[in-house]
Amino acid sequence: MKPHLKREEKAGPPAPVAAGPADPLRGQKETVVRWVLRLCALVSVLGLFLMVIFLFRESLPAWREAGAANIFSSEWSPDKGKYGILIFLVGTMAVSTGSLIIGAPLALGTAVYLHAYAKPSWKRFIGRGLEVLAGVPSIILGWLGFTTLVPLVRRFAGGTGMGILPASIVLAVMILPTIATIARDSLEAVPKAFAEASLSMGATRWQTLRRVTIPAAWPGILAAVILGLGRALGETMAVAMVIGPATAFPKNLITPTHTLTTKIMLEMGESTGVHRSSLFAMALILLALSMFLIWLVRRLSAKTIKGTSGGAFYC
Amino acid sequence: MLHEAEEKEEETVKGTKEAILEVIERPGDNRTEGGREGIGTRALENKMELIGLGLSYGDRKVLEDINMPIPARSITAVIGPSGCGKSSLLRCLNRMNELVDGARVEGKVLLDGEDVYANGFDVVGLRRRVGMVFQKPNPFPKSIYENVAYGPRLYGVKQRKVLDRIVEESLRRAALWDEVKDKLGSSALSLSGGQQQRLCIARVLAVQPEVILLDEPCSALDPISTQRIEDLLHELKELYTIVIVTHNMQQAARVSDFTGFITIDEQGSPGRLVEFGETREVFTNPKEKKTEDYITGRFG
Repeated sequence: MKPHLKREEKAGPPAPVAAGPADPLRGQKETVVRWVLRLCALVSVLGLFLMVIFLFRESLPAWREAGAANIFSSEWSPDKGKYGILIFLVGTMAVSTGSLIIGAPLALGTAVYLHAYAKPSWKRFIGRGLEVLAGVPSIILGWLGFTTLVPLVRRFAGGTGMGILPASIVLAVMILPTIATIARDSLEAVPKAFAEASLSMGATRWQTLRRVTIPAAWPGILAAVILGLGRALGETMAVAMVIGPATAFPKNLITPTHTLTTKIMLEMGESTGVHRSSLFAMALILLALSMFLIWLVRRLSAKTIKGTSGGAFYC
Repeated sequence: MLHEAEEKEEETVKGTKEAILEVIERPGDNRTEGGREGIGTRALENKMELIGLGLSYGDRKVLEDINMPIPARSITAVIGPSGCGKSSLLRCLNRMNELVDGARVEGKVLLDGEDVYANGFDVVGLRRRVGMVFQKPNPFPKSIYENVAYGPRLYGVKQRKVLDRIVEESLRRAALWDEVKDKLGSSALSLSGGQQQRLCIARVLAVQPEVILLDEPCSALDPISTQRIEDLLHELKELYTIVIVTHNMQQAARVSDFTGFITIDEQGSPGRLVEFGETREVFTNPKEKKTEDYITGRFG
């Protein structure tokens, strides 16, 4: 289809701009502006750098006095000198994975629907909904989870109703807009010409998606899921309200447990010495996890840019 | 849903059609399947036919009352100035316009006498029979082999041997086999623009269409690649019915047997078919003043 040709207003050539006298300080001004802007930009990187150093320094007593073996053990009793964080690590992994299992299929379904099937009115309606959902403060989701989801789980599954299941559901709602939006963007970024070629050969929309569009967008879709995972890893408030909490390995999906974030939040105010330092060690591990995920996303998006000629696309 | 057959349009259609029938004798159902001995001497059948075709995008009318035959096993060129709706016209033939939100088609498009816009007409089957090559070469980001095997795979061909045969045959027919036979596994995007376009033609040939639509297939190519594609079209018309949209009049004159000229009266008004006939006639002895002005370069 040809783009609509706009009727062009006939107008004379623009009047020439009168050239003023040359500014003798033009060069210096440019330099000042460049440096001011450069400093603005440096703040974020500098902040990150200081953050890593600070976390590392504060967690040093824990690594030195308790030792890595102690920290990566499963017993957490600071009064007895046990600083095992395995329970929290497992909790974090479990709720993040759970949220992906629930949230990712919903989000990807939404993305594919919006990309390939939705009529404009539906696109607008659901797109706006996603935007608003992305902006809902996590405390509200946690509060709703605590007041409605937990009693519901308690009624159907028994126990306290707290634990990995309700935490995963709350997180799934939180990461849904993140994954859906980014996955949709990467689907939209696939040249339309591919889909057209496929459709013009008699492929159905679904065949086109499955054989052409989704494979071409795959690195971007994975990146979307990973960014969603990153958000789930770091979320604290909403999880704290529905996970229990209790310092114990989860026996099943509805027994109270803890995550790295919730443990740090609950104990940061009342800890001293090595206990406090071990909380910093947990924060450092959490940061390392997120950085690892960011690195993964970067690798995947580099693959997308390199062109769709990568081996992964031969299917 | 897009189809709105209107009884009263039929009558106006007949009037316009008479002019066309003067140029092209059409022996009704007396179909001839065999060879052809040049235009004029052979009996012509119409593979497709546009009857009162109109197209609008939302409130904007793009095409109006197009009546035009598409003779079998020959090349029909559609020419006209930019923005006259000729590409849109092409996309009406395989119902690709349906992918545009708000597109609405009026009138009929017959394929072997059957209206492709009739309720219940199988779009997937239509697009299999009426293949399309786009303006910009658009091979999939897959290997050369997988590009050609794409269509057959869609229709459920799984056996490697069969696929191998189809791929080779299609690439040969598209005059690309010798250039790529040793690197079927490499990415289609590593080919030159002209090769990519011939690959796209091979991809279409692999599903054995009856009609091939080409939407300015050479506009992104250099003269040598263009020449190769034109030679290829000459060979292909023995087996297929070809419709080519081009804004290059020399190309239309070189490759086509029939030419339809579409234009718009002013910016924003719908495109109409001004003249249709044998290419030689249209170019050497146009009936309409507008056609003459266009091909002599007075406007467009």
